[in-house]
Amino acid sequence: MPNHKILCDTIIQVRRDILRMVHKVNSGHPGGSLGCTEFLVSLFYEIMDFKLPFNMNGKNEDLFFLSNGHISPVFYSVLARKGFFPLEELKTYRLIDSRLQGHPTNYEGLPGIRVASGSLGQGLSVSVGAALTKKLNKDSKTIFVLLGDGELQEGQNWEAIMYASANNVDNIIATIDVNGKQIDGSTDDVLSLGNLQMKFNSFGWEVINLEKGNNIDEIIKSLKYAKSKLGKGKPVVILMKTEMGNGVDFMMNTHAWHGIAPNDEQLKNALKQNSVTLGDF
Amino acid sequence: MENYINFGDKDTRSGFGEGLTELGRSNPNIVALCADLLGSLKMQTFKDENPERFFQIGIAEANMIGIAAGLSIGGKIPFTGTFANFSTGRVYDQIRQSIAYSNKNVKICASHAGITLGEDGATHQILEDIGLMKMLPGMTVINTCDFNQTKLATIAISKFKGPVYLRFGRPKVPNFTDEKTNFEIGKGVVLKTGKDITVVATGHLVWEAIQAAEEMEKYKISVEVINIHTIKPLDNEIILKSVKKTGGIVSAEEHNYLGGLGESISGMLSKNHPTPQEYVAVNDTFGESGTPSQLMKKYGLDKETIINKIKKVIKRKI
Repeated sequence: MPNHKILCDTIIQVRRDILRMVHKVNSGHPGGSLGCTEFLVSLFYEIMDFKLPFNMNGKNEDLFFLSNGHISPVFYSVLARKGFFPLEELKTYRLIDSRLQGHPTNYEGLPGIRVASGSLGQGLSVSVGAALTKKLNKDSKTIFVLLGDGELQEGQNWEAIMYASANNVDNIIATIDVNGKQIDGSTDDVLSLGNLQMKFNSFGWEVINLEKGNNIDEIIKSLKYAKSKLGKGKPVVILMKTEMGNGVDFMMNTHAWHGIAPNDEQLKNALKQNSVTLGDF
Repeated sequence: MENYINFGDKDTRSGFGEGLTELGRSNPNIVALCADLLGSLKMQTFKDENPERFFQIGIAEANMIGIAAGLSIGGKIPFTGTFANFSTGRVYDQIRQSIAYSNKNVKICASHAGITLGEDGATHQILEDIGLMKMLPGMTVINTCDFNQTKLATIAISKFKGPVYLRFGRPKVPNFTDEKTNFEIGKGVVLKTGKDITVVATGHLVWEAIQAAEEMEKYKISVEVINIHTIKPLDNEIILKSVKKTGGIVSAEEHNYLGGLGESISGMLSKNHPTPQEYVAVNDTFGESGTPSQLMKKYGLDKETIINKIKKVIKRKI
C-alpha cells in the first residue's frame, strides 16, 4: 500500500513548486501541470523502477517520456524531489543559462530528460522506439509516456498508435491527460476528439478508463492494472480524466490557466490552499 | 594529371544497400527503418538477414523519425530510409526536435535526392534538402558521388556518434572512386590537381566535374577538382588551400543554389579569402518529369554548364 502521508505531502509540495516556478518568471503552464501532479508523483514514487544517477540509455529501468512538454514545471519538480538534480535548480526555471528550459530538453544535459518535447505529437513515436529497443535488448522494463488530450489532434500520434498495435508493442503504457481543455477552449469546441475509448479500441489498444485522475489511489490502481496487461500483445493506454489546475480553486474548471502565471496576490492565495511544505526550493 | 575510369554505371542507393548489409553483419546494434520503400532503398538484404532489427513503419515518415529517435535510447544505431523529400521536408520538425535538438545517434539516409529521380517529377524531387539539413545545429550532412563512396560513407557514419543526413540518388551513374580508400567525414578529396581554377563538386556532379576538367585540358586550362562529400562540417582548409592557388572557384551540386554547397563555400570564402565564384546548381525552381540526363541538361547540371562557368570565372579573375 502506498504511504499516503508522503504522497499527499509531496503532491502539495509539487503544487507549491509549480506555482512558485511560474510566478517567479511570470510565464509557463500551471494548469496542465497541476492537473497531472497526482499522476506524476504516483508514477515516480510508487510505480516506476528507475536508477540514479541518471543514465540516458536507461537499460533495465522503467523509462518515462513527457510528450506534452509544456507541463515541464510538474516534471521538473518531481525529478528534483526524486533527486535527479539539485532542488535549488528549480529556481532557474526559464531563466537564461538554465538547464530547465521552458520545455524539457536533454540538450542542456538535465538529468531525467531523454528527449526534447514541446512541439506536440512526437512523444508517443519516440516512446514506441524506446519500447522496441527494450525488446531487442531483452529488457523487461516498461516505457511510460504521458500525452495531452488536445495533443491527439496531431496526426503523428495516430501513426504511432497504429504502428504500436500492428507490431504488438506490448511493453508500453501511454496515459492521456483527458482534461478536455486546450489553449483556445474546450477540446470539444476546438476540435472534438470524439470517443477516445472507441478510437483506441478500434486501433487495437488495451484501454483503461481512469475516471478520477486526480485521486492517487485510483491512479496507482490503474497503473498497476495497466502493468498487469503488459506482455499480452497489445499496447496499453490509460484515459485519465483530470481537472486542469487541480488543487487551486480559482484555476479549476477553466482553460484560462493553461499558459499564464499567477500574480503576487494570486500566488499567495494559491499557496494558502496548499500550505503543507516539505521545504520550498 | 590523374585519370578516372568508370568501373561501370551503378546507382548510389545500391551502395547504401550494400553498406547497410555489411553493417548488419558486423554490428549487432545497427537497426534499420523504412517507410514503405524497401526496394527503392535497397534494404531487402538487411531485412532478410536481420528481420528482428528491421522495422517496416509504413507510409508514416513522421512516426519513423520519432521511432528512430526512441530506438537510439538504449544504444541502438538507427538508419532510416526513404526518399530525400520525405526524409527531410516532410518531417523537418520531427528531425529538429526529436533528433537534432535531442542529439540522437540517428542516421537519416535519403535516396532519390535531387532532380535525377526523373520521371516522377517535382513532387518527389527535392532540391532544398541540403539547406534544410545543414541549418540544423549538430547535423552532419553528406552527399556521396558514386556507388563505392556511398557504401563507404554508410559504414563510416555508423562509427560516428551523432545525427547524420546521408544523401544519395536513384539513377545508375559512373562508379569511379577507389573502393579501398578511407572515407573520412568532413574531409574533402582532391581528385585532380590544377592551378588555374578550382571546381568543388558534390554528389552526381563530381563525375561531370571530372569530365569538364578533362575537356579543359584541351584548352590548356588546368582545373583542380575537389570532391566535397561532407557539406557540413565543410572542409574549409582544402578549399582555401586550393583557391589561394587558383584564384577562382566553381561549385557544382544537384540542389537549389540557395542553401546548398555553393552557398556554404561562398559564405566561408567571403570571411576568409574572397574569391570569384560561379554556381552550377538549380536556379531556384522546382524540377519536372523527364529522364535524368534530360533533366541534368535542361537544369544546367552537366559538364557543359561546368565548362561555361569555368570560363566565366576565369574572365572574372582578370
